[in-house]
Amino acid sequence: MILAFYPADWSPVCGDQMALYNEVLSEFQRHGSEIVGISVDGAWCHRAFSEDRNLHFPLLSDFEPKGEVSRQYGVYDYAAGESKRALFVLDGGGVIRWSYVSPIDVNPGADGILTALESIAVPVPQ
Amino acid sequence: MSSRVDAPRLAVDVGPDDHVRGPAVAAVTLVEYGDYECPYCGAAYPIVKDIERILGDDLRSVFRNFPLTEVHPRAFQAAEAAESAAAQGRFWEMHERLFENQKDLDEKSLLSYARTLALDVERVQADLDDHTHEARITADFLGGVRSGVNGTPTFFINGVRHDGSYDLDTLLGALRGAAALPVTPSRAESA
Repeated sequence: MILAFYPADWSPVCGDQMALYNEVLSEFQRHGSEIVGISVDGAWCHRAFSEDRNLHFPLLSDFEPKGEVSRQYGVYDYAAGESKRALFVLDGGGVIRWSYVSPIDVNPGADGILTALESIAVPVPQ
Repeated sequence: MSSRVDAPRLAVDVGPDDHVRGPAVAAVTLVEYGDYECPYCGAAYPIVKDIERILGDDLRSVFRNFPLTEVHPRAFQAAEAAESAAAQGRFWEMHERLFENQKDLDEKSLLSYARTLALDVERVQADLDDHTHEARITADFLGGVRSGVNGTPTFFINGVRHDGSYDLDTLLGALRGAAALPVTPSRAESA
């Protein structure tokens, strides 16, 4: 399971972090993994964003209590009131096997995730 | 930002299958991962052209496909048209048509560009119908993902991801820095 914390829906660039993961979804699945995006945006905001970007994976709303999950993972930005840009790869037992906190203005891409998945999972035969 | 020592590096070296402009021995290589339907790539297109003009033979310029198909439904087929043109030796001409006509990337338009370029249009049509170049485009995309491409456009300068802005002055400055070329104001050059 991949947890992708990010600051906010509606990033103003093409191929923002969630749009990129949307394109790489089949690669994640090939490694037997699923991804969820997490931000403090509300569920209705997520729904609109998800529909607009044709996202094929769930966005979780860390909305009430605000940022609680992000805090538990240690990736809440108290000043901004948003999640940091942080990635966690969990194995089947729920153990965090890899994590990365990106500079807030740098989309971390998918390479680190794929490398982590390769190190812990056997690819699912096609 | 572009000087970050941990900036990702190209996972796939520039090779004979790439679309390349400029000499192999150029002082600096610019690799762009782009999407023909992406407005930011469209905005970067004239900047890259200016840079190619300004740096001349000091620059080797490479374009690789990174179509974001869920947000840009016509990007993949546009890339297929460019690859089809490449199979007839006319990649860059089609590449320019596509970026100069980003709003018209439907199949009829793609074929009209092929016609304008005097390509074998039936062959282009067959390539689009049969998805002849799908594997190559997907390979470009996955190579980009493994290189740390995180959106479009993403640039690599001498193999290192350029995380700064891609306005003319910034990109040109970064290229000159990487090539150890003398840095002069670009305002006059770009006029």
